[in-house]
Amino acid sequence: MSATTTTAPAKPRSLNIGRLLLEGRAFFALIAIIAVFSVLSPNYFTVGNLLIMSSQVAIYGILSVGMLLVILNGGIDLSVGSILALSGVVAGALMQGVEIDALGVILYPPVWAVVVLTLCVGAAVGAVNGVLVAIFKVPPFVATLGVMYVARGVALLMTNGLTYNNLRGSEALGNTGFNWLGFYRIGGVPISVIVLAVVALAAGLMLARSAFGRWLYASGGNERAAELSGVPVRRVKITVYAVSGALAAVAGLVLASQLTSAGPTAGTTYELTAIAAVVIGGAALTGGRGNVRGTMLGAFVIGFLSAGLVIIGISSYWQTVFTGAVIVLAVLMNSLQYGGGPRKG
Amino acid sequence: MTAPRKTAPEAVLAARNVAKSYGQVHALKGVNFDIHRGHVTTLFGENGAGKSTLMKILSGVIQPTSGEIVLDGQPVSFANANEARDRGISIIHQELSLAPNLSVRDNIFMGREITGPTGVDFAEEERQVRALLTELEEDIHPLTPVENLRLGQQQIVEIARALSVDSRILIMDEPTSALSASEVEVLFKVIRDLTARGVSIVYISHHLEEALTITDHAVVLRDGVMTAYAPRAEIDLEWIVRNMVGENYDLGSPPVTERGQVALSIRGLSVPDATGQDLVRGLDLDVRAGEIVCIYGLMGAGRTEVLETVAGRLRATAGQVVLDGHEISHLSIAGRIARGLALVPEDRQRDGLVQTMSVGQNLSLASIGRFTRGLFTSRRDERALVDDSIRQVTVKTSGGHAAIGSLSGGNQQKVVIGKMLATQPRVILLDEPSRGIDIGAKAEVFRLLATGAKSGLAVVYSTSEVSECLSIAHRIIVMHKGRISAEFDSSVSKEQIMAASGESVAA
Ligand SMILES: Nc1ncnc2c1ncn2[C@@H]1O[C@H](COP(=O)(O)OP(=O)(O)OP(=O)(O)O)[C@@H](O)[C@H]1O
Ligand SMILES: [Mg+2]
Repeated sequence: MSATTTTAPAKPRSLNIGRLLLEGRAFFALIAIIAVFSVLSPNYFTVGNLLIMSSQVAIYGILSVGMLLVILNGGIDLSVGSILALSGVVAGALMQGVEIDALGVILYPPVWAVVVLTLCVGAAVGAVNGVLVAIFKVPPFVATLGVMYVARGVALLMTNGLTYNNLRGSEALGNTGFNWLGFYRIGGVPISVIVLAVVALAAGLMLARSAFGRWLYASGGNERAAELSGVPVRRVKITVYAVSGALAAVAGLVLASQLTSAGPTAGTTYELTAIAAVVIGGAALTGGRGNVRGTMLGAFVIGFLSAGLVIIGISSYWQTVFTGAVIVLAVLMNSLQYGGGPRKG
Repeated sequence: MTAPRKTAPEAVLAARNVAKSYGQVHALKGVNFDIHRGHVTTLFGENGAGKSTLMKILSGVIQPTSGEIVLDGQPVSFANANEARDRGISIIHQELSLAPNLSVRDNIFMGREITGPTGVDFAEEERQVRALLTELEEDIHPLTPVENLRLGQQQIVEIARALSVDSRILIMDEPTSALSASEVEVLFKVIRDLTARGVSIVYISHHLEEALTITDHAVVLRDGVMTAYAPRAEIDLEWIVRNMVGENYDLGSPPVTERGQVALSIRGLSVPDATGQDLVRGLDLDVRAGEIVCIYGLMGAGRTEVLETVAGRLRATAGQVVLDGHEISHLSIAGRIARGLALVPEDRQRDGLVQTMSVGQNLSLASIGRFTRGLFTSRRDERALVDDSIRQVTVKTSGGHAAIGSLSGGNQQKVVIGKMLATQPRVILLDEPSRGIDIGAKAEVFRLLATGAKSGLAVVYSTSEVSECLSIAHRIIVMHKGRISAEFDSSVSKEQIMAASGESVAA
């Protein structure tokens, strides 16, 4: 029932500290993780290791920004892992050259064109999700589950299950530079981390300061009320899934570039990690609540935790257990924060 | 009044020096309140006075910060609403608390299912639901999903649920805000039966005259303190208003305005109901700039459907809507708002408010364009707009940042009105906008509409309170079963309007 108000008015001070801990939980969790592993291993808290860990977090982080937008809208996107793989494979195929039968030539698009085309593919697949959900009223879980299978299947079909290993391009064909995303650094910072920062900043600004952000929060909180207030709820929905797909393509490019290979099985279960990051960051799965800052903290909590466990030599099986426990704990705290408020009347 | 009124019998349930604070907000500041056996105690007070808070404390929904509750002379404390219900106290909440996807029957017995040897005894439940609905003279099938019911019918279901419990103390927090006069009459008959059987009732309403006809005792709350208490014989309307707000309000008469061009023209409009049958058939209506038109009708007359179709939420099967000479039937809701057509919807919880956003974000939601500069919104301009709206519709709140759920019911309603007024419309449609707002706020809304009309705003105001029509409208349209059954100017009498609506004129 609704009577779960357990406020203790006698102790306002301890209550405030509790609130602070609850609201900043992802932040404190991250600090705790860094502190614990720094004590356990001298190699953990070094600039070099932090940068390496961050470039791993980048993939999940980019995915989870897209996931955050979808979840704020009251949906879920299970297809991002598959879109990531499909985008990688598309990029790989483009790097191998496109044969145009009619002319009997093979075209080698330059890297920038590969990137643009791949992003378009990601956005288009995402838009399919959006149309299914917004126009055909398929529940998001089901629509994106279906697209998850289809995208993965197409990636497998395109490669026959094999992996593109040669993504370097060649000088002669004018398509070198694909590994730039995964290997280059600016001022010591990996490009992937910079990409993550740009994506996060743009999404944060969009959510906090643009009309579109306001529309997104409103239609996630109460779609009927938002619609009656003039919010174009369908357009918002389709856009959100398309952006999520495009960001999955960005992640796919970064990953392919880091590995200099693109395989159809890349990114399996990444969608779950992205959802976990969003939830740990304090967003409500029912929509309307959450922000980029929290989601970024969530992604770093997961990334730094599993990297730390690797460094101190704990088996990967335990990593899985720990990650699961963190997720459950986070959801528990979410329900403490959002649930239990009294009904108004 | 037929039955002779008893003089104060003992108090069955009482609040002793009860206070409730939410952080810095002191909703109740030491209130004493008695509920007498077999009596109807009415509770009056402005929006945000603390009425709902007090009732929630008495029914165990929330716990007081200090003070105690006395039941049959014994101090008690309820951990939750179920405990209070087990002791015979039930409450009809101001905001509906039904599960929209479940049927009427399942909602009424939710959590208290009647079980037989083979699980839930659905047949028995259905029989009881039918009996309850017959008593309330409402023709609803027990297996209809609640989401298919109109707001007023949902309110009836909420009432039926409270009645099904057989409690000795029944608290009604604005049970009639979406009911029409004849349904209120039926409810009052039920209430009289209940009190005759010794059930004690608390009744809250902003329809003061209506509440006066049923009350035995009146209590007035103001800013969390009890300011007056008197038996029926000593009170009248003027007494209530004086104690509630400290001055008297006259809702006045329609403003003198200049009529301009036809601003909104509806031609041959037909609207289907959920089953696809035409609920509204071939409706014609013209509203001029500067004119205030009131649509009066019973629940189910099709008023909400007409307004929602004009606003773009429902699709018409036939007909045209013309705004300032332009056909707008093809436009989206957003497009219509941009052209200056705004709708204040009937159901504030479902259609009006975004519960996850603050008071300010709700107020500014429909006019984001007004404070967007290039790509980004301007915080300063937004704050100015929000502060303006809060002042304009007199929302009682600690500020734009407050959670929408922390407002009292009437103040939430004001936010919905303020949000649509902020779009600076040329035509505004209001669907039962006075639901739950106090007399002062109603006067304020009327004043805003009158000022708007003087500068050319066209107003369509839907209501089921005749007196509201008479004090604001230049023209009164009566709807009955999806058609316009009569049209009057403001010199008409109450009885004429009610007769045209198909309503049996009550005493
Ligand atoms: N959960 C809450 N958090 C903060 N403030 C609250 C909360 N609930 C109620 N209040 C405040 O308590 C005061 C009393 O509210 P209450 O709902 O009891 O008013 P009311 O008399 O029922 O008004 P109305 O006629 O509008 O229904 C209001 O100022 C309201 O803002
Ligand atoms: Mg109230």
